[in-house]
Formats: sequence, structure tokens, C-alpha cells
Amino acid sequence: MTDLLKMTAIDKAFAGVSALSGASLDIAPGEVHALIGQNGAGKSTLIKILTGVYRCDGGTILFDGHESAIATPREAQAAGIATIYQELTLVPLRSVTENVTMGYEPKRLGVLIDWKRAHRRTREILARFGIDIDVRAPLGSYSTAIQQLVAIARAVSLDAKLVIMDEPTSSLDASEVAVLFGVVRGLREAGVSVLYVSHFLDELFEICDRVTTMRDGRTVDCRAIAGTTKLDLIAGMLGRDAGEIEEEGRTEFGGGTGAAATGEPLLTARGVSTGPRLIDFDMTLHRGEIVGLGGLLGAGRTEAARAIFGVDRLTAGRIEMKGQGVAMDTPATAIRAGLGYLTEDRKAEGIVPDMSVRENLTLALLPRLTKRGRIDRARERALVEKYIDALGIKTADMEQPIRELSGGNQQKVLLARWLAIEPDILILDEPTRGVDVGAKREIQTIIRDCVAKGVGVVLISSEFEEIVEGADRIVVLNEGRIVAELTNPGITETALVRALAHIPESKTSGTRTPEGTGAAA
Amino acid sequence: MSAGWKPFLRDHGGLVALAVLLVFNILVTPNFLQMQTLFVNISQVATIAIVAIGMTLVIATGGIDLSVGAIMALAGALAPLIFLSDFGVAYPMLGVAAAITLPLLAALACGLFNGLLVAGLKVQPIIATLILFISGRGIAQVLTNGNLQTFSNPSFSYLGTGRILGLPFQGWLALAIACILWWVMTRTTFGRTVLAIGGNERAAELSGGPVVRVKIGVYMICGLLAGMAGLIVVAINSASDAARNGSLMELDAIAAAVVGGALLQGGRAPVFGAILGAVIIQLVKYTLLANGVADEVALIAKAVIILAAVYVQQARRE
Amino acid sequence: MTALDTDAFDLRRHISRNPQSVAVWIALAALIAFGVLRYDNFGGAYNIASFLNYNSMFIVISVGMCFVIMTGGIDLSVGSVAAFTSVIAAYLSPYGIAVALPGAVLAGVAFGAINAFCIIALRIPPFIATLATMLGAKGGALVISGAQTISVDWESDFTRMGMEQAFGILPWSIVVVGVVVIALWVVLEKTSLGRTVLAIGGGEDASVLMGLKVNRATAFVYLLSGGCAGLAGVILASGFGAGQPLEGIGWELSAIASVVVGGTLLTGGLGSVPATVAGALLLGLVFNILNFENGRGTISFSAYWQMVIRGAFLFAVILFQARVTGGRRGKAAG
Repeated sequence: MTDLLKMTAIDKAFAGVSALSGASLDIAPGEVHALIGQNGAGKSTLIKILTGVYRCDGGTILFDGHESAIATPREAQAAGIATIYQELTLVPLRSVTENVTMGYEPKRLGVLIDWKRAHRRTREILARFGIDIDVRAPLGSYSTAIQQLVAIARAVSLDAKLVIMDEPTSSLDASEVAVLFGVVRGLREAGVSVLYVSHFLDELFEICDRVTTMRDGRTVDCRAIAGTTKLDLIAGMLGRDAGEIEEEGRTEFGGGTGAAATGEPLLTARGVSTGPRLIDFDMTLHRGEIVGLGGLLGAGRTEAARAIFGVDRLTAGRIEMKGQGVAMDTPATAIRAGLGYLTEDRKAEGIVPDMSVRENLTLALLPRLTKRGRIDRARERALVEKYIDALGIKTADMEQPIRELSGGNQQKVLLARWLAIEPDILILDEPTRGVDVGAKREIQTIIRDCVAKGVGVVLISSEFEEIVEGADRIVVLNEGRIVAELTNPGITETALVRALAHIPESKTSGTRTPEGTGAAA
Repeated sequence: MSAGWKPFLRDHGGLVALAVLLVFNILVTPNFLQMQTLFVNISQVATIAIVAIGMTLVIATGGIDLSVGAIMALAGALAPLIFLSDFGVAYPMLGVAAAITLPLLAALACGLFNGLLVAGLKVQPIIATLILFISGRGIAQVLTNGNLQTFSNPSFSYLGTGRILGLPFQGWLALAIACILWWVMTRTTFGRTVLAIGGNERAAELSGGPVVRVKIGVYMICGLLAGMAGLIVVAINSASDAARNGSLMELDAIAAAVVGGALLQGGRAPVFGAILGAVIIQLVKYTLLANGVADEVALIAKAVIILAAVYVQQARRE
Repeated sequence: MTALDTDAFDLRRHISRNPQSVAVWIALAALIAFGVLRYDNFGGAYNIASFLNYNSMFIVISVGMCFVIMTGGIDLSVGSVAAFTSVIAAYLSPYGIAVALPGAVLAGVAFGAINAFCIIALRIPPFIATLATMLGAKGGALVISGAQTISVDWESDFTRMGMEQAFGILPWSIVVVGVVVIALWVVLEKTSLGRTVLAIGGGEDASVLMGLKVNRATAFVYLLSGGCAGLAGVILASGFGAGQPLEGIGWELSAIASVVVGGTLLTGGLGSVPATVAGALLLGLVFNILNFENGRGTISFSAYWQMVIRGAFLFAVILFQARVTGGRRGKAAG
């Protein structure tokens, strides 16, 4: 049987930094093929090359028998490849129907859109996913889970030969995932192939036929799912021995029993609410402790972080530090109180791209570096050198514009920004996202060292192993509320997954948030 | 270092263009190297340069200020009103001092208005500054009843006709302002915050920067500089015409800032570049005029320069 | 809620989704009522006809600007292009309106093409590109007219458009503009091209990834804006009897103000043609009412005061907009 897709020896570099070198991928027709690998292994890059967002520097791509000349996403769609990207790539201001049918609207007289039919079609498509909502409302007025399902619905409705799903279940609960699997099986029966990328390894065993493993920009393995174990897959992703992993854990947090080091309580949140996305949030953070915030995309983890850091206004509840109520009304207040916040999206909220490494690193420290408004340059330089050294930041020199650094090094600079203020509390939102594997380990080590020195850390991560191995306690959120709390020795991946799955069945009737508020992670 | 002439051109395009223009004029235009020519050019450039410096700061935060022309008219209209009033005639020295400080205060207030709208109410800069663009000149004309105010006041006129070391006062003023603001931009928290706001406002906020205060500050500085320019124009002409003072200045200032290297999305504040940009545009205008080309064509030339300058910078960033 | 219910036009839902557009219509109705009650002749045929005739230019420019703004861009050149095309129209007037109209509109489209080229191919930001075109068109207008107004040919049928009325009721100018506006409304609401325009403003990267023809839609809006400016230029020349190279100053800002008043987001992604028309009418009405108030002699609003009042009016609209659309303004979903 000839392959539907055959990618061989793919190379791709960005600004001299190699992202892919010798990657490959083979997909048969009518197959559900899994693609796994750590953050930074190259999966998203490979997909974006296939779908025309990037061009590869070397290698060949054969799709449906001929060499692929796909150079734009539109051509990819025309060739029969439909993609659901990891970041939500729909237009929230536009209605649900528009997002689903955009570019393929049913028309009368060849030109005029027939909205009645478009609405009807959209409702039919969404019904397959068990969704019944007002399709005329703006997409952004719905929860992240609904938005993700709409994105999937669009891709599935495009009559493609290959549907690529990049982390499709990151915001879906158990029942929604079951619906998705039904759809995937339906595709397979119809002869459509599915490329399935997910870090929820258990899902793969349910619906995938084969699995390709990537590591450090290369493809290291391709095998049938039947007859392999989760541990084997993890070992392949990490490039380590399975036994070693079992003993020492998968991340740099692993090893040891994770006994909670409870120092004094640093910060307590009582009944904190900031609007519909975070309700009645309670948490206490102690010195030297890592508290993990668990939950699916859209559960309210980032909202909790923003509440603590003074970004969002509290509509209820209070925040206490050392027993005293504190009005965290701005980030500046939080910083003065000893908090630091490494945000989730470094491009949107973290780096100032044209500024140098030095300027980015000291951005939060300026009040302490200035005397009467003037910046003490000598002190600044000394400090920056210290952190470049301590964190192993690879940069030509401190004046290099930060946008020229790799993702991992940018993240280190941002981490240094917060370490430099010598905080008592660090909030880390997806600290190793989009970072190559080596840098990822280094960052995890840095965090571990911080905690050992007595810093209290709030950790948000969608990589289970990070949270499971790193956190002393995990607070699980869903739709803005706390639904569970896990403490050691009860913190295991199984327990976490079970806590996430323990969500009421009311999700599929069009959960909506009040209009006018955009969705957040 | 960069090899070849292409990268060099990209990085130093402005200076190269300036050099080319100077050489061309020295060779072709009659009387170019005369003191009088230099004087006239500096005189005209200085006002644009001063406003352009302020505009550069606003653009650095990712904003824009369309009201500078109106602020010029307003400041320019207030000054003669003050030193020509009974008070001003009775106490000439105080009158002139007041005629300089009060209009500048008014200009600062305009900047504050703009800043509050943009930073406080989060209105888009184009729209926020549009308000004063529409009404500022009207206010000036209401105050002067639409009349042209002429006067003869040597102390005040020094602003526009005075000389230091043989060169116009306003030229030195522009240079001084540029030096001060360059220092502010590179050595102070204020300056660093301005660039951070333009580069990534969310990141600046989350790092605890005083974003609102700084934003209001740049609009106030821009207003103040526009006010100064308005006073200078009135001083040069010994007359205040509220209808024409600063007319279309916002376009000239934006053009100068952009040619000088400012990026519309913010993040860069080439303060000396604003002067360079103003000089280049002025030189082109002068070159054409002096060689008999019509004023109208100079407009087209200006358009082409702006496009070329921005295009080169875009290429540089990618 | 059955399927049938959700498709019917729901007034309450429309209001809650578009509070500003609704407010504009209400304000417009209120102002009209005020004018009719307070001034004689306000509601008279002459005032209505001359009002519509004059404002037809601004309406058509505002609608063109609305399209550009919906993609998240801006077009500063419309005023100067209108001046330029008014001169072209005057020169072509001897051949009659059938030649002068398309000729001038084409000239406008040509400027739009320059804008589109700079923005799409050269990747120059729209503000700068259209700023340059504005200067170029202004200079061009002065060059081709020798810096003078160019009288039209009164013998031909050219001036009928600006000075006569269709079937004796409505000025031709507003009829033509009306047809154009309605056609554009259909394009926006009912064609892929129109929906793509809105999608781009709401998320350009997402639109590219969705496979939309982003470049085509972007080019379209700038060509359209140029064409609308061209049409305005024809109306200008035919209404005043001369091509005017020095007119058009500040028109683009009036257009932007109309668009904003009508509730279109400056950041793009959300907009409405009828609301923009209402916004343009509203701004024009304020002027009209000021003139009438002057005529009453109770207070005298000099031309200068009128500028101040227009600025204050825009200020009031902005405050209103800040209150009403607080959370929605320009924020893309994270």
C-alpha cells in the first residue's frame, strides 16, 4: 500500500539554529498516526512545513503520489490537508458559522452567500460533536473548549485526505474527548488519515494505529501502537533507558519522594474571584514549596496567576502575605511585595523584541538600578553578566537583540528577569513551552535550585510529568473553580488525569462566557 | 562587520542620502555654500525638527500625535495676545516672559489631554489626537477672532531671528533639545520604559513599569515641543496667523521622524534621526526649488522619499 | 430554542451585540427631530436636497474608509485623491458624464493600486504608504491643474450629477452614492470577499492559516477606497462647477471620524456599512444644525466655533465609546 504522505530527511533551521535535521514521517491512507516528542523536539515545525507555513531547507515531501509543491496554507487545504493548530487560529470577533465555513460558504448564484444554509450546515457539523449553540454569536463569546471543538469541526468538514490535529484535546473534558474519538474513527473508516499530536499518551493507545517519535529535531522511531508500552514511548522521547526513567523520573524535578518542604506561609489567597473565569480560588504557598496549578486549557490557571500578581482586579476575596491583607492592584505592587511572574506567552507578554538581552533582563529591576531616574549602567552590566553566566544563556554579547536568540535562551533571559528581583515568590506559567530539550532541562534545574533556596513557586504546566514530578501539591481547576487538590504521596499522573476527568457532564450544551470577554488560556 | 555596500546602505542610509544631497547641491546649485543659504535652511528646518523630535517620542510608544499643528497655532496665538495686552505693555519684560511661559503651559495642557485619553481611557492615538486637531486651531482662531496679529517685539522675536555664533537660535535650540532627550532616552528609566512600551506594552506593564505615567509624559513632551515651535514661527514672522501656523506640520513631523528611523509600531526613538530626517526633507525641497522645480513636484518628491526610507528600514528589520 | 428561532432577526440580540451602531441611529433620529422642531425649513426639500448633495461625497469616502479600517488598515490619501480626481473630471467634462465619471473613478482606483502595491508588496505600513500617496496626489493635483481651479464644461451633461435631481426629488449625487453604498453593503455581508475583509481585521495570521485569500481582499479595500475617493471627486467637480486641486484637506480625518462614530473598530474585525453612513450623516448634521442656529441669530457660531464644537462632539462620542465597549475594544482572544 503506497503511503499517503512520505516526508524524508527534512532539515530546517531558523536564524542559524537547527530545528529539524533528518526528520521524517510516513502516513498510510486511512490511518490514525500519532506524532510524539517533547516540547522542542520539532513536531510543530514539521507540521508547519507540511502545511506550507514554512519551507524546508532540505528533504523531500511526497503527498498522494506526487512531490508536494505546497507553499501556502491555502495550497495545503486545496491539496487535501486540513489542520487544527495548537494555538487557536480562528477569528474570535466573527460568528461561529463564519469561522466554520470561511472560504467555503454555500452560495446562491455563485457569489452571494446563503446564510440560512450556512447556519444550517454549521449546526449539522457541530451536532456531530454534540454541540448545540447559537451559531450566529461571535466565536469569542464561547469557552475555550467550544472554540477548540469549532476549530476541529471546521477542519473535519473540509473534505480532506489528511487531517492534522495538534493537541486537539488540550481543553476538552472526558466526554468531549470521547466525542472527538468517535469523529476520528469515522474519518478512518471513510479512508481519511489523521495525524494526531498529543502529550496525553493514554489517548494514543485508544485510537492510533502507529506512532512516530521525534527527539531533538530528528525522527527516532516509528512503530505500531499495539505491542508497545507507555514507558517505551517515554523512553524514546527522552532518549533514556526505560528503567532509569522509572527510577529517576522524567524531568529534572524527578527523583526523591518530593517531600514537601514546608517553611512559613508566604502567600494566601482566600476566596479570590476575578470575574467569570476565576471563582472562589483558595491557595496557600509556603517557603521552599512548589504548588502546581493543574487543569485543562481554559480552566482558569492563568487567571489565578494574574489575580495573585495584580494584573486582574479582584471582584471578591483577598490576598494575604504574612498574615496581612495586601491590595495587589498592579504588577508594580506585586513586584514590590516580592513576587515575580513568568508569563505563558513570551512573544505576546514577555520579550521586548528589539531591545537587547541586557535591557530585557533588567526590565523589572529598573527601580532598584536607578538613582533619581538615572540608570546605573555599571551595576546593570555586572548584574546581567552574573545572570548570563549563572543560567547559561547563550548570546553573542549582552547587547544582542533578544529576538535573535533561540526560544530556550529567550526564556532563560525572562527567567533571569524575575530571578534578578530576588523574589520570595515565583509564578511560572508554562516555563518550558516552546523551548528545546536541552534548555528545558536546564530551566527545570534552575527552578529546582531556586526552590531549594527557599523561594515559593506556583507552577503551571500542561506537561504532566513536569507538574507531577515537580509539585509538592497540585490544585486542580476547572472552569474557574478548584475541583480537587492532590498532595504527595498521592501525586501521580493517573491521579491527576482522574482529577481532570472528574468533571460534570454538562459541558456540551454550549457553555458560554458573557460576551465581550475574550478567551484566555 | 557587514561586507559590501548593501548592508552599509541599509544601516546608514540617512547619512548617505544626506551626503549625496550635499554633494549634489554643492556641485549644481548656485550659491549653495553661502552663509545665507545655510541660515535660511536651518531656520526652516529647526521648527520641523523640534516638532519631529517630540513626534519621535510619541511614535516610540507606538502612538501618533496629529494635534501638533493645532498646538502650534494655539501657542502662537496666545503669545502676542499676552505681550500686546495692557499688562504686557506695562511690564514689557514680564510680558515677554509670560508670553513664553503661558503658551508653553497651555501646550503642556494639550499634551496632558491627549495623554489622558490615550493612556487613561485607552483611546486609539489617532482618534484621541484628532480631537485637538479639529478643535485646537478653532480655539486659537476664536481667541484671536480670526485676526492676523502683527507686532514688533525684538525680545520675543529673538526666538526666531536671534543668532548665536552667527547661526539661528532655533537651530541651537533644536540641537540642545535633541541632546537632552537623547540622554533621557538612553540613560533614564523613563526612556527605557518608553522603548519598552513601544516594543511590547504588555511586557512593560507586567514588569511593573509606570506605563500610564510615561505615556502621558511623552504626549506632554510632544505638546510642549509643538508649543515651542509655534512660538518660534510667530517670532520669525513677527506675526501670528492662527489659520496657517503649523498647517500640515503633523505630516512633516511624522515624515521627518520616519525618514529619521522611527518605526510606526514603536520601540525605537532615534532622536537625532528626527533632525536628520527633517534636514533631508528640507534639503530635497530646497534642491528642487533652487533648481527651478515647482513646489508641487516637491510634494511628490517628499512622498517618494518617505516610501523609500520606510522600505529600506523594513528590509533592514527582516 | 429551535433552529428556526435562532435565524430570525432578534432586535434585542442585535442591540446587545452592536450597542454603538444602534446608538448612532438613535442619535441621528434625535438630531433630525430636534432640527425639524426648532428650525423652519430644516425639513424642507431645499435643505434636505442640498444637505444630501454635499454630504454624498463624505458618505462615499467614509464607506470606502470603513472597508480599509475593517482590515485593520487606514487610508490617509482619500482627500487628496478626491481633489486630484476632481481635476481629472473637470478636464474630462467636455466628453460628458459617461466618460468623466469612469475616468475619474479609474484615476482614484489607480492611486488605490499604488497604495495596495506599497502595502502588500513592499510591506510598508498603511499609515505611511497612504501618507505618501496623500502627498503625491496633492502634488499631482497641483501639477496637472497648474495650481488653479479648473472650470468644467458647462455645455455638456457633466454638471447634471452635482446640480440636478433625479426625478425631481433626490440629487443625482446621492442616488449614485446610494447605489454604490448598497452594493458595497451586499458585498460585505454576502460575499466571501466581504467576509474575508472582516476576518483579516479580526486576525490576519489566523486568516492566512485558514487559507483565505488575504492579499486579494487587502488589495480590494485599497482599490475600493481609491475608487470611492474618485467618485467623491466627480461629485465635487460637478457640484461646484470646477475641479479643485486644493480641496480635500482633512477629509480623510472626517471619514475616520464617521467610521469610528458608527461603531467600527479602528483595530479592525468589526464594522457595518449602514452604521458608517449614519455616522457620516450625523457628523454632517451637526454642521447643518450649527448653520441653522447661526441663522437664528440667538447665538453666533463663527466658523471657528464650529470647529471647536465638532471637536467636542467627537470627544463626546469617544467617551461614550470608551464606556460602552470597554472590554471588547481591540482585544483578540488569547
